[in-house]
Amino acid sequence: MHFAFDEEQIEFRAQLRAFAEKQCTPAAIREAWASPLGWSRPRWAALAQMGVAGITVPEEHGGMGLELIDLVLLLEEAGRAGLPEPLVETVALGVPVLVGAPGAQGEVLRSRWLRPVADGGITMAVGLSTMAVVPGAEGADLLLLERDGELHAVPGAAVVLTPRPALDGSRRLAQVDWEPSPATLVVAGFEAEGVIADLCDRAAMSTGAVLVGLADRMLSIAAHYAKERMQFGKPIGSFQAVKHHLADALVRVEFARPLVYRAAWSLSEGDRDAGLHASMAKAMASDAATLAARTALQVHGAIGYTWEHDLHLFMKRAWALAAAWGDAASHRARVLEILTTRTS
Amino acid sequence: MDLRFTPEQDRFRTEVRSWLEANAPSASRGTGPLPSLDTAAGFEAHRAWERTLYDARWSVVSWPEEYGGRGAGLIEWLIFEEEYYRAGAPTRVGQNGIFLLAPTLFEFGTPAQKARYLPAMASGVEIWCQGWSEPDAGSDLAAIRSRATPDGAGHGGWVLNGQKTWCSRGAFADWIFGLFRSDPEAERHRGLTYFLVPMDSPGVTVRPIAQLDGETGFAEVFFEDVEVPAAQVLGGVGDGWKVAMATAGSERGLSLRSPARYTEAAARLVDLYRRRAAPDGDPARAARHADDVARAVIDAEAYRLQTYWTATRVLAGAGVGPEASMNKLFWSETDLLIHSTALALLGQEAEFLDEDSRPPPWLDGFLFALAGPIYAGTNEIQRNVVAERVLGLPRT
Repeated sequence: MHFAFDEEQIEFRAQLRAFAEKQCTPAAIREAWASPLGWSRPRWAALAQMGVAGITVPEEHGGMGLELIDLVLLLEEAGRAGLPEPLVETVALGVPVLVGAPGAQGEVLRSRWLRPVADGGITMAVGLSTMAVVPGAEGADLLLLERDGELHAVPGAAVVLTPRPALDGSRRLAQVDWEPSPATLVVAGFEAEGVIADLCDRAAMSTGAVLVGLADRMLSIAAHYAKERMQFGKPIGSFQAVKHHLADALVRVEFARPLVYRAAWSLSEGDRDAGLHASMAKAMASDAATLAARTALQVHGAIGYTWEHDLHLFMKRAWALAAAWGDAASHRARVLEILTTRTS
Repeated sequence: MDLRFTPEQDRFRTEVRSWLEANAPSASRGTGPLPSLDTAAGFEAHRAWERTLYDARWSVVSWPEEYGGRGAGLIEWLIFEEEYYRAGAPTRVGQNGIFLLAPTLFEFGTPAQKARYLPAMASGVEIWCQGWSEPDAGSDLAAIRSRATPDGAGHGGWVLNGQKTWCSRGAFADWIFGLFRSDPEAERHRGLTYFLVPMDSPGVTVRPIAQLDGETGFAEVFFEDVEVPAAQVLGGVGDGWKVAMATAGSERGLSLRSPARYTEAAARLVDLYRRRAAPDGDPARAARHADDVARAVIDAEAYRLQTYWTATRVLAGAGVGPEASMNKLFWSETDLLIHSTALALLGQEAEFLDEDSRPPPWLDGFLFALAGPIYAGTNEIQRNVVAERVLGLPRT
């Protein structure tokens, strides 16, 4: 039992943090919101240079060949930075599907798409038939789309997008119209069920990691403000009502974090409880981030309610991701379902 | 990262499990459950169980062998605790000494004090209670007024006067540890000294206090010219606050609140839910509280993982700082969530007492859980600590 990250994993996070502090400032996020794409291709290319985009791509395809446990701290950091690029969709969801795709079609997909991902040229998006819109579909070079239990890999050029503007300016949603064909099929039938279930578990853990990072950022913005904002001749952070709000939110975030790390480990190891662990992580991370957003807004008062203040850049992402890939209540229902039906 | 236990740790777990299966008081063998430890007979039955544990060297697995332990590591201690709660073994009547005083003795005690007190504590020969709070010193612990004055005999002895209250296990304990004001002129955190006092000392009077469950789980303790030799001062004269805070850290943090306590209760909550959700249970009621059951299970698991996360850091040489206050907030709220959800699932049955007019386990657990946000430093004090020492907010 050794529940800690190794030096390389911690160093990689430090590199991403240093990068984000320069390249993903709140001003840069606002720029992304105002841009046609919602995120920045040059920044995505720079992330690829660092090895982030190709972290899960096997080495023979130009990546680092690492696991989700090596990625989870970077996802948390991406949340802390409010990174607009489709990191989760491409690195945590799309690439592992291609890596595991069976048969000759799998070979074709890997040799066609993995190197460009690692090189930072392309991004991916994922859409299930249960989703009315696909996040990150605009600008995605390859979409993994599910219909009738089959999973298809469809090039961006072969889909028709109807954009649905979203509250978070970097979260470009679109309805995707497409036609499945034998040429796009990745996996079908019983095998597809497993692939899609794995994908959903990776999505739950990964968005959970991003949410923990977002929550951490919002609380640090709020704590900073509480130290500086003076009322009644004192910093508002000296009042217990403010302290207790922040302490309660921080506790929820701090205890969500190990659930997320454990889920990343279980998914990397193929643990039989990985799905349970992913749902526990997403349930708590969603609520922790929602509470952190609510608390940070309240601590700021009216200034936090403005477009000019940076808080909303993180708050809106947190709301979206708290609901994405199953909200807290749906993951809790799944946890209880698993626990009450297991035999051992 | 590797969240698997090593083969040695698995063997250790098996050894603990088989010993507890063979020896823990159990209803099926007619040896349990023990009577309430807040009764005279129950207290002695629990003391005898401490002796059984000690004789098999399971009382204090993480202590050095010379004091009756096994020198086991932190992870092994957590494994022991998981098995202990899994077996439903009795509440540790010696826990105030073992989990609160012992860490302080290890850190501040003289070799003679360690040899004198630790083995007797581990074997249940001497059961300790704590003497922190006073009628006018609760959350504001540094407002302590109980006095220690030099006895003037020239050997460094002291005379204690004053009153302590809310002393858990105080009704039947053999010894008390606590803080007394030894320098009334000094700044209020500095004039305190940490004393160890036999409860049968001349001048000590114990008045048991009935708790919510009607039993005397704690007591007031009065000191009237109680003579205490220099050897019963723990740490330096005037250093009592520093010494006591080391103990408070243990109480709030890792040592007292082992995660198994909550994961085991959460597992029983799932069993209860499953029975209530069955057609012959109360499916509509179960459905109304399903979300809280899942919340409780997830929180208990988060606490377990956070503990292993902290344990790994401690094994790598880190200390436990203000995160102890986050732990305290989290476990106390988790405990309440588990037990209040259980009562909600039970419905009308929740208010029933058993045939001995005692609260049955879920109700008893609920009453105990209600104390959690109050003792060991109220949760309001903990929130202040978290805000000031983790988030860096200015002092109130």
